[in-house]
Amino acid sequence: MSILKIQNLRKAYVAPDGARSVVIDVLQFSLAPGEQAAMEGASGSGKTTLLHLIAGILLPDAGRVVIAGEEMTAMGEAGRDRLRARTIGYVFQTFNLLQGYTALENVVLGQMFGQGVEEERARGLLARVGMGDRLNYRPRQLSVGQQQRVAVARALANRPKLVLADEPTGNLDRGRAREALSLIREICRECGAALLLVTHDPEALSQFDQVVRLADINHAVVAEAEAREGRLGGEAHGGR
Amino acid sequence: MAGSDGIKGISMIVRRSMRQYALSTLITALSIALGSGLVMAVFAIRTQAYRAFTGGEAGFDAVLGARGSQLQLVLNAVFHLETSPGNIPWTMYEQLRRDPRVTLAIPYAVGDSYRGFRIVGTTSNIFTEFEYSQGRKFQVEPGGRFFADGTREAVIGSFAAQANGLRVGATFNPYHGLIHDERQRHKDQYTVVGVLAPMNSPSDRVIWIPIDGVYRMSGHVLRGSGELFRPQEGEAIPEESKEVSAVMLKLRDPQSGFQLDQTINKQGKAATLAWPVGRVMAELFDKLGWMNRILELVAWLVIVVAAGSILASIYNTINERRREFAILRALGARRATVFAVIVTESAAIALLGSLGGYVVYAGILIATKAVVKAQTGVVLAVWQMETMLWLTPLVMIAVGMLAGLIPAYKAYRTNVAEHLAPIS
Repeated sequence: MSILKIQNLRKAYVAPDGARSVVIDVLQFSLAPGEQAAMEGASGSGKTTLLHLIAGILLPDAGRVVIAGEEMTAMGEAGRDRLRARTIGYVFQTFNLLQGYTALENVVLGQMFGQGVEEERARGLLARVGMGDRLNYRPRQLSVGQQQRVAVARALANRPKLVLADEPTGNLDRGRAREALSLIREICRECGAALLLVTHDPEALSQFDQVVRLADINHAVVAEAEAREGRLGGEAHGGR
Repeated sequence: MAGSDGIKGISMIVRRSMRQYALSTLITALSIALGSGLVMAVFAIRTQAYRAFTGGEAGFDAVLGARGSQLQLVLNAVFHLETSPGNIPWTMYEQLRRDPRVTLAIPYAVGDSYRGFRIVGTTSNIFTEFEYSQGRKFQVEPGGRFFADGTREAVIGSFAAQANGLRVGATFNPYHGLIHDERQRHKDQYTVVGVLAPMNSPSDRVIWIPIDGVYRMSGHVLRGSGELFRPQEGEAIPEESKEVSAVMLKLRDPQSGFQLDQTINKQGKAATLAWPVGRVMAELFDKLGWMNRILELVAWLVIVVAAGSILASIYNTINERRREFAILRALGARRATVFAVIVTESAAIALLGSLGGYVVYAGILIATKAVVKAQTGVVLAVWQMETMLWLTPLVMIAVGMLAGLIPAYKAYRTNVAEHLAPIS
């Protein structure tokens, strides 16, 4: 059984000028429990949109997303919120820590909407990511690398089955990026969570055995590329 | 979000937000405190003033005085405000004193003062027989005594004594009229023989002297018989020449009051009976009802303005907080949770303001109490529990929550994807 299953997922945006552009058109993608995969994609290729669709933050125009056997795309908003809180951990590129809260509170707050508050676990996770002595620090009192660690602890606070990481090393220097990535992978492994990491950073990609090129599975990207080539070559191609 | 965790979570977010926007929270809470305090004070002062002026701490059932306004008579004789409507012959007092329907009759002669404090000439039985409230008679402070009739002795109300620095043994000369004028100083000198214990009533502002002293005060003339009579030192004053400004009455029962009202007010033309005293004052408050309604309207408008300030202060922060809401939603918070956070925050600010409102209320009431006491001697019960003291904060919180609905809806509508990390 897959922890994540995507089928015929399609999402389009309507530009201000009224033009409709398809950004996600993925026929099939799946991830097994505990599996770790990196997804490579250039800027603007729909990486974040895909993660938002998987997390149920966005609804697709068509297709299915199934998380741990439950079809996210068939649920109402409250159901998606619940499923996300229970099964998904999210690490953002900009960490998205809540500024007014301490490191511990950021992690505890993540638990409140999911499995319930387990402060000991929150403390343990922060200690595991090396932030045990910074529990009461607020994000602005932490370095970028430390904020990233808190974000990782928060993502895993709810014992998620799937961790989605969106360019988690994008704001870190090379050394810190490598360190952060190892940490995310290690903790996901320890917690038994599957990991789907999207990035365009070759250094980050090199650390994964399984790398999927978004362009290979996202037909929207393929179609756009074809259309672009067509325009350059003077031929008129319709987008897919 | 599990029950207790849900409440804990919302409470944590609300506390953090209030701390993060502390200045705005404080200013809004302050405006609510002013509004809430003002509303509570307006209603409490109205209720307490009504109670104090109509509630019967006056101790008398009725007042007899010159033909005219009952209200003027009560204000003058009971509350020692206003001018006297005129005099009536001493014989009327004697007549009522012997009337079986009257249990106590005490004559007042007024018209003099000392440094703005009214002098009332009366008989010494006011101290020995009159109960200003159930079972409570006038008492002098240790070292003093009541005056003896026919002497130049004075007993002073506690506030008047304090304000003028008059103690037992001190002497003073009364002044003619109720407004202090150095040129109107009487030659007669009075000696203070007692200072009354505080009664928290208009009597605290009064200087009591024997009624004979008012008759014999230098320059005074009597017209009880219709002809002018100038009392001479050492000579008795004929009863028919004596006058009184008012006769304070305690009646046997309400039926007696009804009968006297019929006889004196409906059939007679010589005098006015103000009965019952509370009803006369209540009529005054009824006449001022329109003013109360305006004050109430202003008070409620203040609440609406305070609610508007909650709305504005929270609404203005929503744009800044959209990212925070988006993060919370991404962590699994439901739209309803975000909505509840804002409504709870509005209620919390309203609650905070309402608590501050008690301070404002206490401030206004203490100041009003001091002013009313200084002006009338009537004491407002500042710390007495009034319905509005619990109702106003509840209304304020409800209005605060209502005001929070608009910003809450704005927060509820936050587009999560749009306000999270930049799209890549």
